[in-house]
Amino acid sequence: MTTPILSAEQLSATTLLRFATAGSVDDGKSTLVGRLLHDSKSILTDQLEAVEQASLNRGQEAPDLALLTDGLRAEREQGITIDVAYRYFATARRRFILADTPGHVQYTRNMVTGASTAELAVVLVDARNGVVEQTRRHAAVAALLRVPHVVLAVNKMDLVDYAEPVFAAIAEEFTAYAASLGVPEITAIPISALAGDNVVEPSAHMDWYGGPTVLEHLETVPVSHDLTACHARFPVQYVIRPQSAEHPDYRGYAGQIAAGVFRVGEAVSVLPSGRTTTIAGIDAFGDSVDIAWAPQSVTIRLADDIDISRGDLIAPADDSPAITRDVEATVCHVADQPLSVGQRVLLKHTTRTVKAIVKDIPSRLTLDDLSQHPAPGQLVANDIGRVVVRTAEPLALDAYADSRRTGSFLLIDPADGTTLSAGMAGASFAAVAEAAAGSAADDAEWDF
Amino acid sequence: MSTVATVPEGTVNPYALSHLDSLESEAVHIFREVAGEFERPVILFSGGKDSIVMLHLALKAFAPAPVPFTLLHVDTGHNFPEVLEYRDRTVKKHGLRLHVASVQEYIDAGKLRERPDGTRNPLQTVPLTEAIQQHRFDAVFGGGRRDEEKARAKERVFSLRDEFSQWDPRRQRPELWQLYNGRHAPGEHVRVFPISNWTELDVWQYIEREGIELPEIYFAHEREVFDRNGMWLTAGHWGGPKEHESTETRLVRYRTVGDMSCTGAVDSDATTLDAVITEIAASRLTERGATRADDKMSEAAMEDRKREGYF
Repeated sequence: MTTPILSAEQLSATTLLRFATAGSVDDGKSTLVGRLLHDSKSILTDQLEAVEQASLNRGQEAPDLALLTDGLRAEREQGITIDVAYRYFATARRRFILADTPGHVQYTRNMVTGASTAELAVVLVDARNGVVEQTRRHAAVAALLRVPHVVLAVNKMDLVDYAEPVFAAIAEEFTAYAASLGVPEITAIPISALAGDNVVEPSAHMDWYGGPTVLEHLETVPVSHDLTACHARFPVQYVIRPQSAEHPDYRGYAGQIAAGVFRVGEAVSVLPSGRTTTIAGIDAFGDSVDIAWAPQSVTIRLADDIDISRGDLIAPADDSPAITRDVEATVCHVADQPLSVGQRVLLKHTTRTVKAIVKDIPSRLTLDDLSQHPAPGQLVANDIGRVVVRTAEPLALDAYADSRRTGSFLLIDPADGTTLSAGMAGASFAAVAEAAAGSAADDAEWDF
Repeated sequence: MSTVATVPEGTVNPYALSHLDSLESEAVHIFREVAGEFERPVILFSGGKDSIVMLHLALKAFAPAPVPFTLLHVDTGHNFPEVLEYRDRTVKKHGLRLHVASVQEYIDAGKLRERPDGTRNPLQTVPLTEAIQQHRFDAVFGGGRRDEEKARAKERVFSLRDEFSQWDPRRQRPELWQLYNGRHAPGEHVRVFPISNWTELDVWQYIEREGIELPEIYFAHEREVFDRNGMWLTAGHWGGPKEHESTETRLVRYRTVGDMSCTGAVDSDATTLDAVITEIAASRLTERGATRADDKMSEAAMEDRKREGYF
């Protein structure tokens, strides 16, 4: 439960959860977000007064909480959300960064953006409508981006008389679909965002539901995974060489640990050269430590003086990624200009940017029903498709399924620097979608 | 998903990070990305708490080497003397190089005209833009946070600006994972916001945890102030109070530090960091709502200033 005023001790002992919300205005997403912010006391008096005044000015009687997140003039004028808005709130247990993604405009691009850094996604459905095309699209984006935890919030339960069978049927249908796409953990919660049931406070109308409220779940879902099960990865960002009287020979490799754990004394490979050495020391902002883990920013010193620069990757000697110049991936196209077969691009992977060429676009995927369209020739804004890219230099690339951080990349237009596409190396979904495989099974190109 | 083996319930996870550690690591990563990809970065340093935290993070990011950036301050001519003194002391202490762009010089040279309301905040944009062009800075670190204001909530960590420093919110690049795209044409630059994801409270907790020194005006002190539009402004050479405004001595502190003509003090008896943190956690007003006259002008005041090249 929320506490209005937190002590300094409580505040500094909390962890951080990044999550994204998906749903259209009609599903009550703004109401849910507004209630989470309001009931956790994150909307302050002057913000509320500004929203009330703005709502009055446009002739609305009740304050329109969407005005809190629609920060741009064009958004307020048109009554739509154009861009991802980041919101911040806190409870006694946790700090939250919420990527609030719009339901209509540039929908896929924005949800992919919000989901890329999210550890949890909240998908809203209207209890009266159940799982619709858009819900399946939300589930597919969460699965594609490998968001570890998905919450299905079945909203407007008050409009279906808080009936358990309605909730159970929707939860079962969604869970089966999302699980078939490889979503590892799905939590379904019956709510009424408007009435406040099961958002922050437990509902008095749904005795049959024994699970957590939305906020309780957000507060308790595990944010740290068992890092020892991950492939340790350290992209080198910057070489630190003070060359000062105090530190004449210091040479450290600065970076943020992308995955896993590194220890002093560990045997490591430096990629793509493949040279091996051991970790002589790990410095965390001036202090020496024996062990460091993702996502800490540290500086690693190595036992041997080998040639290492920005863009190289340090990995355990016995667990290095494959080195490749041929990248097969799923991309979400995010630019207004298209991506075409034969196009020359830049590929930005971790701290390394290389020249590349789009060799093939084997298929385009429709997220609504997972149907796929072979050889589209090009991808346009908000398309999801498979691409084959050849790079000018080798990359130490993981499958996105194994490592979100070292399996992801951007395609960039070398002419004007536009971010064209967001790429995820390897297979699209963790499991083949049984539901959709029926109609597409006879297609030899099927690889989603 | 094989890599998402969660730690069993009831056991202590040895690899946890506090929210401050997470935010610190993210900010340090951003500083190092810029150092790795840009030729001439600069940190906007005003002596305000957000820029002080930025500098502290930069010092940590490159230790034991010095910070590979210079500093830039846009001096409105109406800055608090305590803050300017802090600025100069800090620059000297860390052996940094400071560029100063002076609004007063622009006014004296007739290139900028004083506004009727006396606020110099919007006047900073031209000296800032010209300093960026003159020194050919290609990355400009700012201490803006997304929780400050609703237009800032839509800002990217890497925000592309044209040769006039203009911000076009509809042409922003989507920002995915931790992959920041800093490509820009000659003459363009990128504004970089390493503490985008920090809240006001995070900044204060971090200052406390790290033992960072601040200008004394952030703590409660007696000051001669006068009321203008519901804000306590400092009486001084910048042009206040007017005839009908009367001054009084009050116990106040500053939640934000900017131009004296539009930055208000708040009533406070918080003389220590602990007291400040407790006060902010209990406050029902945002820092800008409580202390910035220029954001009260219209619903889109910040968006309009940002589009023109403001911080």
